[in-house]
Amino acid sequence: MPDLTAAASAETAPSDAILEARGLFKTLGGNRVLDSVDLSIGRGRVKVLIGPSGAGKSTLLQCLNFLMPPDSGHILLEGREVDKRSKKELCAFRQQVGMIFQDFNLFDHLSALENVRVALIKVKGLSKLEATERAVAELARVGLKDKATLYPANLSGGQKQRVAIARALAMDPKVMLLDEPTSALDPELIGEVLAVIRDLAQGGMTMIMATHQISFSASLADEFLFMDKGRVVEHGSPAELLGRGSSSRTQAFCAKISELTGEAGDGAAGECRL
Amino acid sequence: MSTPYLEFLRAELAPGLMEGLWVSVLVIVPSALLGVLIGLTAGVLRVYGPTPVRKITEAYVSLFRGTPLVVQVFFWYFALPYIKIAGWSLVLDPIEASILAFGMCSGAYQSEYIRGGLNSIKRGQIRAALALGMTTRQAVLNIVLPQAFRRALPGCGNEIIYLIKYSSLASIITVNELTGTATTIAKNTWRNIEVFCTLGVYYLVLVTLAGWILHLIEDALSVPGFERPRT
Ligand SMILES: Nc1ncnc2c1ncn2[C@@H]1O[C@H](COP(=O)(O)OP(=O)(O)O)[C@@H](O)[C@H]1O
Ligand SMILES: [Mg+2]
Repeated sequence: MPDLTAAASAETAPSDAILEARGLFKTLGGNRVLDSVDLSIGRGRVKVLIGPSGAGKSTLLQCLNFLMPPDSGHILLEGREVDKRSKKELCAFRQQVGMIFQDFNLFDHLSALENVRVALIKVKGLSKLEATERAVAELARVGLKDKATLYPANLSGGQKQRVAIARALAMDPKVMLLDEPTSALDPELIGEVLAVIRDLAQGGMTMIMATHQISFSASLADEFLFMDKGRVVEHGSPAELLGRGSSSRTQAFCAKISELTGEAGDGAAGECRL
Repeated sequence: MSTPYLEFLRAELAPGLMEGLWVSVLVIVPSALLGVLIGLTAGVLRVYGPTPVRKITEAYVSLFRGTPLVVQVFFWYFALPYIKIAGWSLVLDPIEASILAFGMCSGAYQSEYIRGGLNSIKRGQIRAALALGMTTRQAVLNIVLPQAFRRALPGCGNEIIYLIKYSSLASIITVNELTGTATTIAKNTWRNIEVFCTLGVYYLVLVTLAGWILHLIEDALSVPGFERPRT
């Protein structure tokens, strides 16, 4: 597939890459969890990480904002390398990279509003009033204006994840990393979170998302990256990898997922055969 | 013969114990504050400190939990003046020595509850805070500690209640707090049973009051997910 490499190399041109990772390695407990991973994403692009459990998707996402420092490799934001030894630079960098976790990680002692507001006050230095206005606006954006005073203990999983998204958006990130944002949700709650993510993508947000929601992400993604054993083993547009007649590992993996989950409501099996 | 109990209480015992009560409060309140402060610091260091600091705090906790409080009280009062650093030594009056002894001992126990509270907060919340651009310090202060404190509060409260009772040990280094005063009155009047039963009631009232205050604090800090367990 020569067109794939052409697309990939065009994207690594420094001009349009917002976030770029070069040669990431990570070893955990004696296992090579990331094995020379390169990645580059342009403004407004959506890349989706798929692959079996344990492939290293979460590790990659956490290395991308140094929540887990890679053993070696370079991370560049808008062409500038991030110096992980400078705490100040690291904090400034992380503000610009929003992160969404599988298990939400809301601050349990703070209301939805306070969850969104706290970093605006403590990190961005906004006044309480400004921060509150912004937080209300972000909660409204994810459809939770009327839940602002509720605490995580009283929110559903889908609502918690939407608060987490609002919290990340309030920091005006240049790129968002999403680690299986719907995997911890009951099936009936997945839709409301996917709808918010779709809105974000359509609004031009740059995103890297690990997910098992194949058909949903096929409809959003510019590129699928298939990971296995710490490497990106295939990449390409969803149509190329999942299209009729494709013999890609991505295709085989997606077919297996949709078979297992019977992703009927989502129509994954259908779209896998595009 | 001797005056009836109520007359004895009104004329002699209550006025005496009232003076002792103020001294007790003067010892208990600063000791409790010192204990909570030390406990918070030691608890945080034990969980987030660099290894050498962690080892030192662990040693502090083992030492103060592993030796009798009487020994510690005697140490601060009698032995401390003999320890000279650069020609200087610290001589504490009995009340100061008691406050230091109780605060240090209480802090060792408090740090256990604080550590438990800290460890009960999922690491994911720290990661979320860091991902928003907070420093580790901001994450610990704004996210972890407020939750850990709520989780630790019942244990810390219990420790303060113990402290109220073991503050009676101050009497052995001549502090005339409740127990010291009661002992003197008992010796002078030979009315041991009445004096010490009354003393017990005073402590019971103190402990009950402290329990109420702690519940008020717990309720004030209560948010959904962090309610005080109701029995
Ligand atoms: N703290 C750790 N110590 C040792 N191995 C780990 C640790 N965290 C993750 N791993 C291993 O790293 C591999 C990749 O994990 P992860 O990035 O979570 O994969 P994925 O998100 O794709 O399921 C797995 O094999 C996992 O067992
Ligand atoms: Mg994962």
